[in-house]
Amino acid sequence: MTDSKYFTTTKKGEIFELKAELNSDKKEKKKEAVKKVIASMTVGKDVSALFPDVVNCMQTDNLELKKLVYLYLMNYAKSQPDMAIMAVNTFVKDCEDPNPLIRALAVRTMGCIRVDKITEYLCEPLRKCLKDEDPYVRKTAAVCVAKLHDINAQLVEDQGFLDTLKDLISDSNPMVVANAVAALSEIAESHPNSNLLDLNPQTINKLLTALNECTEWGQIFILDCLANYTPRDDRESQSICERVTPRLSHANSAVVLSAVKVLMKFMEMLPKDLDYYGTLLKKLAPPLVTLLSAEPELQYVALRNINLIVQRRPEILKHEMKVFFVKYNDPIYVKLEKLDIMIRLASQANIAQVLAELKEYATEVDVDFVRKAVRAIGRCAIKVEQSAERCVSTLLDLIQTKVNYVVQEAIVVIKDIFRKYPNKYESVIATLCENLDSLDEPEARAAMIWIVGEYAERIDNADELLESFLEGFHDESTQVQLQLLTGIVKLFLKKPTETQELVQQVLSLATQDSDNPDLRDRGYIYWRLLSTDPVAAKEVVLAEKPLISEETDLIEPTLLEELICHIGTLASVYHKPPSAFVEGSRGVQHKRLPGSAGSGESVDSPDTGSAAGVSEAPPAVIPSQGDLLGDLLNLDLTPPTTTGPPPPTSGMQMGAMDLLGGGLDSLLGGDLGGNPAMAAGFGAPPAVMPTSFNAPVSGGLDDLFDLGGGVGMPMGSYSPPKTVWLPAMKAKGLEISGTFARRSGVIQMEMTLTNKAMSVMTDFAIQFNRNSFGLAPAGPLQVLTPLSPNQSIEVSLPLNTVGPVMKMEPLNNLQVAVKNNIDVFYFSCQYPISMLFVEDGKMERQVFLATWKDIPNDNESQFQIKDCHLSSDAASNKLQGSNIFTIAKRTVEGQDMLYQSIKLTNGIWVLAELRVQAGNPNYTVSLKCRAPEVSQSVFQSYEAVLKN
Amino acid sequence: MIHSLFLINHTGDIFLEKHWKSVISRSVCDYFFEAKEKAGDPENVPPVLQTPHHYLITIYRGKLFLLSVIQTEVPPLFVIEFLHRVADTFQDYFGECSEGVIKDNVVTVYELLEEMLDNGFPLATESNVLKEMIKPPNILRSVVNTLTGSSNVGDTLPTGQLSNIPWRRAGVKYTNNEAYFDVIEEIDAILDKSGTTVFAEIQGVIEACVRLTGMPDLTLSFMNPRLLDDVSFHPCVRFKRWEAERVLSFIPPDGNFTLMTYHVSSQNLVAIPVYVKQSISFFESGSCGRLDITLGPKQTMGKMVEGLTVTIHMPKTVLSANLTATQGNYTYDLATKVLVWDIGKLNPQKLPNLKGSLSVQAGAPKPEENPSLNIGLKIQQLAISGLKVSRLDMYGEKYKPFKGVKYVTKAGKFQVRT
Repeated sequence: MTDSKYFTTTKKGEIFELKAELNSDKKEKKKEAVKKVIASMTVGKDVSALFPDVVNCMQTDNLELKKLVYLYLMNYAKSQPDMAIMAVNTFVKDCEDPNPLIRALAVRTMGCIRVDKITEYLCEPLRKCLKDEDPYVRKTAAVCVAKLHDINAQLVEDQGFLDTLKDLISDSNPMVVANAVAALSEIAESHPNSNLLDLNPQTINKLLTALNECTEWGQIFILDCLANYTPRDDRESQSICERVTPRLSHANSAVVLSAVKVLMKFMEMLPKDLDYYGTLLKKLAPPLVTLLSAEPELQYVALRNINLIVQRRPEILKHEMKVFFVKYNDPIYVKLEKLDIMIRLASQANIAQVLAELKEYATEVDVDFVRKAVRAIGRCAIKVEQSAERCVSTLLDLIQTKVNYVVQEAIVVIKDIFRKYPNKYESVIATLCENLDSLDEPEARAAMIWIVGEYAERIDNADELLESFLEGFHDESTQVQLQLLTGIVKLFLKKPTETQELVQQVLSLATQDSDNPDLRDRGYIYWRLLSTDPVAAKEVVLAEKPLISEETDLIEPTLLEELICHIGTLASVYHKPPSAFVEGSRGVQHKRLPGSAGSGESVDSPDTGSAAGVSEAPPAVIPSQGDLLGDLLNLDLTPPTTTGPPPPTSGMQMGAMDLLGGGLDSLLGGDLGGNPAMAAGFGAPPAVMPTSFNAPVSGGLDDLFDLGGGVGMPMGSYSPPKTVWLPAMKAKGLEISGTFARRSGVIQMEMTLTNKAMSVMTDFAIQFNRNSFGLAPAGPLQVLTPLSPNQSIEVSLPLNTVGPVMKMEPLNNLQVAVKNNIDVFYFSCQYPISMLFVEDGKMERQVFLATWKDIPNDNESQFQIKDCHLSSDAASNKLQGSNIFTIAKRTVEGQDMLYQSIKLTNGIWVLAELRVQAGNPNYTVSLKCRAPEVSQSVFQSYEAVLKN
Repeated sequence: MIHSLFLINHTGDIFLEKHWKSVISRSVCDYFFEAKEKAGDPENVPPVLQTPHHYLITIYRGKLFLLSVIQTEVPPLFVIEFLHRVADTFQDYFGECSEGVIKDNVVTVYELLEEMLDNGFPLATESNVLKEMIKPPNILRSVVNTLTGSSNVGDTLPTGQLSNIPWRRAGVKYTNNEAYFDVIEEIDAILDKSGTTVFAEIQGVIEACVRLTGMPDLTLSFMNPRLLDDVSFHPCVRFKRWEAERVLSFIPPDGNFTLMTYHVSSQNLVAIPVYVKQSISFFESGSCGRLDITLGPKQTMGKMVEGLTVTIHMPKTVLSANLTATQGNYTYDLATKVLVWDIGKLNPQKLPNLKGSLSVQAGAPKPEENPSLNIGLKIQQLAISGLKVSRLDMYGEKYKPFKGVKYVTKAGKFQVRT
């Protein structure tokens, strides 16, 4: 008994006294005694010794006394199971009582007694109560099934209680329905695959009817249950939404939020051009705003959810910025959440207001809040370009306050602003440098060092500044050390003459005196770079950096979708999927938003059979110009042999190899060469590295680069095998078979021309019809020698994409005309769209997130790739060969999600999410693109690449 | 669902626990105490905490923490709403929700908790229904009970539990039939230094006190219902009629209840009744500062502003205030650093002013933050949004009830930044 440790003051006498009173003949005295016992129990005193005496009082017609005894029983039965059996008879008898209140009370209490022996006796009374004529008893019994299931799940299944419970969903009384739903939902949580709540249009209708009439709590259960249903079509979805919207005006905030969940989910299925869709969006804002006027605890949960809603559908609250303004007496947890949402809603239209607010917050008392407010100013600058200047000046004002933590926070965000808008605000560097000494937090120090290193050429005393940090190098945190190393190397590359000593000092500190492997490795890499090829070093270290993107903290799209399905739950508060933290949720199913009605390919209808790879597509000959001769000739021809796939292009030569092999190219020209100390310093590394320095390190690097080459470029772009495009019989003896390939960024049309006629063919020329991507020959068809009968020639025709554009059907169709001395022939072929994937199609991670969010869901289509037995890494490598770049990978419950980007020659971006489940040969690929027409072809390329 | 409930006072003693499923050791509350320690101010304790095996969802009401333990995925709002309902019920039964009264009525509290939740599912939370099952404590009643031997617990099935109108009991009888409605509006506003409105909205609520015999069916209509674009209703209100006709049609619960809440956020509708001229400054050298505050009427719709107060949370280094008020009194609490100026009625002819010096701890740096002013006020007979009830009709019963509507406007979170 856990309570026993609080058992301190009960004197022996007290228990004795109570015992006597409990056995008194007088009803009143008995009752008072039971009350005293209960009172002791509630404060944690151990009164279990009185068990038999209290149970004796159970047989009474006084309802209050009975209730009190039941209370006692529930508490102590577990510790006195044998005694508890004594009570069984009374329970069974009470379950037959004419008063429904007593029947319900008995069955309710029995369920709370967690003793196995008692549960056996519970089954019969429970069965009766589930079919009781009185709904009050039925609804109590429904909950009792859930209790019993918690104690003994097997028993509940064996006794068939689950089916009875399912029947209760169709009960005439709404309260019974609600409780049955609640009980089933709870049971279902421990049986994820049991399909207990089998939702079909009939049950949904019953639930919707009960929704209007049951209590507020029942409404929550029913709404949460409704949210698990997937409507058949948009019409059903709309009708459910219509019946749920009145709940948005309920006084109970939990009802409101559960209704929001249902609406947010079912809205996905509504076509966006529907009037109702717009109406619904408008209806969602006021209830969400109202939630913010409730108690702070409710506000907190509401804000966490609004944070999700704003990410998914920013349009709902875009005009409601002001309600998120912080009041000084809001609890800190509310303040921080409001701030987060303010930044998400910030736009050009309201940025002035937001900035004024943020500036106000930066002078508040609470340090955490002030810091976040300062950071928020930086985020605004990055998000809304027009406001950047204002933000910077606000930050400068804040730096002038000299409040230590404000200054540090400001410097960290100014660094990010520099990264977003390089060469724009560097004038403020002087002000920043003034505060160098006050920085004591690693993040701020690292940020400052980064700024000094990055703009070393504009800061006269950059070397002094960095040197001052170097003194305490070993006391700095790793973050600062790494930054200092990079910063000084940058400085050296920019001002080599004065800073040789400094750079040698930092390199030796990093490589010899540090035991941090990251630092050492970075140190050696710089060292090597500088000693072998300082020009290359300059190119590497001072390379132009990609700009950072605005949204740094967006939730990943798939996770966001899942969380939207969990609005109002703990998952929505933690912003994690339930599987990540809810204990006992064995194999919680991942929920996904239903596909929108607009997108043709819905989740379960990818017809992979018809979506055949390009190579199988039969070549179509447009004008049938076949004549007798052709036909005749064809008779004695061996079937055209398709040549095997072209040899894979060799792995791209890593330029890095040169780096190692190259000698000591001079950065300073004669200067370096004429400076033996310097050369020696680099060429012959010091003690730790013995003279064999070059060998092992370069060996190691070789491996590294080999690996890089192997992984990155396994086989080059995929190219399908050649197929016959123009059979000889249709072209007076000229047969053309061919394929497309992309080699080092050039699209090649590779053809085999075979002369199957009797006469020599000459004067070849080729022309393309207008096509979807403007493909056109980049030069004339090079067939130099006349083609004699029975002779074949391989021709490779480079293509460009600057030709005239016309949309074709299918998209990748190409109509070609070939001319020779005999005639003009026409044929059409389909090129794999992967030929059009360009090499610089790797999207910045953040840009990807933002773009994914930005592209409407209607443009998403999903496909299945069947029977693919590659691991996700192998698949990723393979795809990369065809310029499908994996940007990020995430593993959720054994399922790998690869996020990929593709850029087409005409600048269209295609974003993809490839889901690979270990052991499951079927991949799912979701494609999102602003031009959804390309999805089908892109998918075909995926399939072709992965299967070859 | 809700597994256990612990009641904890603000010093951190657990003084009551109730388990609806198996017993969970009180040591689970240690995680809460840790968070409380970290938060400092009890109001800043995060409401949802994660522990290795449980989730703790807490509300803070009247210096008490109601801490519930849950084990599975449960909507947190559901739990928070329920906890507030528990606190409301205590308030309703015992007049207040405090450690003292809960300890005095521990058995009733226990009975109530048992009745409100079954296996973690809410059972009966409507005050009307609960009162039928468990009688509120009352000195007279306990005397009667002792004499007649009758008990505190009803033994008939509460009718409300199952009828289509779960919020109203049957067989209500009064000799004086009356229905009163209070339209209460609170102004939430943030004004900046210069007095410009940064943000303003009105939170309105209609509290009702209905004592009518039988099953009355009421219809309340407004002169200008278009004002109300965002409303939430007591379950008794027929939503369809509101949608169609903008009238409130309902069968009321018996006694006191909240009929509806609404909020008006369009800026132009929110009148700001007073203006504040203030200057609070601290000097760089020397340990003192100056304070000068004047209040005046702005948009009062010709009504008297009463109960005017100004509350200022001073920076920690402010030791004392030496001020003169032209009207009302001021107090400065050294422990909490709160300056309260209680003004009373606002006289437009002679504007109240508070002026003087603040002494700051010697040697302490100039305070970084600017203290905000919190304004309290009250205007009788006015709903600042302009909302007006036009009529109340009763159907279903024959008698003529006494009807009344009262309006009052108060300051909610009304802040002036400096």
